Amino acid sequence: MLNLSLQQQGDALRAKKISSVELTQLYLDRIATHNPVLNAYVTVEAHKSLAQARSADAMLANGTAQALTGIPIAQKDIFCAQGWRTTCGSKMLDNFISPYDAHVITQFNAAGAVNLGKTNMDEFAMGSSNETSYFGPVRNPWDIKAVPGGSSGGAASAVAARLCAAATGTDTGGSIRQPAALCGISGIKPTYGTVSRYGMIAFASSLDQAGPMGRNAEDLGLMLNVMTGHDPRDSTSLARDKEDYTRDLSKPLKGLRIGLPREFFAAGLSQDVAQCVQAAVTEYQKLGAVVVDISLPNAKLAVPVYYVLAPAEASSNLSRFDGVRYGYRAPDYTDLTDMYEKTRAQGFGEEVKRRIMIGTYVLSHGYYDAYYLQAQKIRRLIAQDFVEAFKQCDVIMGPTSPSTAFNLGEKGDDPVQMYLSDIYTIAVNLAGLPGMSIPCGTGANGLPVGLQIIGDYFKEAQMLNVAHQYQMATDWHQRVPATVGA
Amino acid sequence: MSLTTSDVQKIARLARLAMNPTEIEAARTQLSGIFELIAEMQAVDTNGIAPMSHAQDLSQQLRPDVVTESNQREAFQAIAPQVENGLYLVPQVLE
Repeated sequence: MLNLSLQQQGDALRAKKISSVELTQLYLDRIATHNPVLNAYVTVEAHKSLAQARSADAMLANGTAQALTGIPIAQKDIFCAQGWRTTCGSKMLDNFISPYDAHVITQFNAAGAVNLGKTNMDEFAMGSSNETSYFGPVRNPWDIKAVPGGSSGGAASAVAARLCAAATGTDTGGSIRQPAALCGISGIKPTYGTVSRYGMIAFASSLDQAGPMGRNAEDLGLMLNVMTGHDPRDSTSLARDKEDYTRDLSKPLKGLRIGLPREFFAAGLSQDVAQCVQAAVTEYQKLGAVVVDISLPNAKLAVPVYYVLAPAEASSNLSRFDGVRYGYRAPDYTDLTDMYEKTRAQGFGEEVKRRIMIGTYVLSHGYYDAYYLQAQKIRRLIAQDFVEAFKQCDVIMGPTSPSTAFNLGEKGDDPVQMYLSDIYTIAVNLAGLPGMSIPCGTGANGLPVGLQIIGDYFKEAQMLNVAHQYQMATDWHQRVPATVGA
Repeated sequence: MSLTTSDVQKIARLARLAMNPTEIEAARTQLSGIFELIAEMQAVDTNGIAPMSHAQDLSQQLRPDVVTESNQREAFQAIAPQVENGLYLVPQVLE
């Protein structure tokens, strides 16, 4: 049951071979066994999940069930869910019980899915290893000495370890794709504006985008069908017709033009990752695709541009955490300013404070043009590179991450080394394009390697088709970590 | 680029983050490293390039000016650090 696709689990539920309560309990039992080591979940409330499962069973009985009715889904702890503690991985929100639902949560509830619990994450989604969480690091089920990636590290670990059927994530600079790669699962960040940001705790609003994480491309399509859609409560939510993201899964790939950006295969990429990605491209050629050499000349500027824009937006977004209306407040203070300063100093972790300070500086008087405005101009150059590239190819492929999972503590105290682990994913967020990662092999240390697939705007269905056809021909996505045998 | 101690103190004050001298010094070293990374973009010629704030060039969506939310004061104040008679309490600002 644990290794069935969402479609197959849904079929089993609708055929009454298993109830949603039984399926939910199966996952809750696995969480109880494996979460003490993996730390993938921050909050599990079995009675709430089981109550939803009973409602789902009622829908299944009366014939109103939809594709994901009764399926247990793990929600990243960045999505507000009414009555659930919603921490965003921070001490600042350790005691925050959300009074409302994020749009994404509303959509899953309406679909009859079961909220299985809230997954661990880097604090306020700032990190690439899940080591910045106030609730401790998440471990990679392929090797518990290794990080799962981040910021959606709990989600990736939970999917890989079969501690949920599928999960939600968010991706500001690679936070769905990089952990998906490091944990050997599939994940897609759709086009910016496709999934509402309402109730999704803000990091960098012009880059933040939610998306699904799962075991295969077909599952991602079913998840996207639920998550997407126009929401007037998010002013950047796009008004587009609903689409079925699974509609093109079975199309043959003959004639597909795959662009390989030469900048993604240059210095800095581990040899073992390069070999796996090259082998995947060869597999695509067998499936009828043709390879086109392309260039993204400004992609090398993505990391510096991102570390101006994202902290700038974060310093503004996180100014709301002041100890007045919700969340943490310092116990002792002398006046209002002292209360703000101590609350924020005690409530935020080191990485969050670092980014707030970068953002505060680049937005401060006299520096705005040199940093923020310059970064926004280069952002356009980076986006234009992709526009040119998509004149020559249908999808772009390359590595998701420059290496396989590194060990906990390995990147130490140098934030710049950590920032460079998102070198291939960040440009996609800056351009607002859809990007995904699927497993395509194992590296020298036996850990998973991710293949990144970048599509043109609104081409998610095509990307899922491209991923699905590869997964029909290979079995990397079906492998299960030995530590959690399922 | 190298930041001075007083630069970092000023940033911390603007960001409302209490920091002791040890933390200021650690932040100074790390922020200087990050600004070296950022400095790569300073050399790029961006004359005539329009800044890009969002991926899709959208105009701001407007809605009718009508009330859409119901009053949920009690639910919202139930999670506040300190409230009294329906008001959020903060340290006294005016004498």
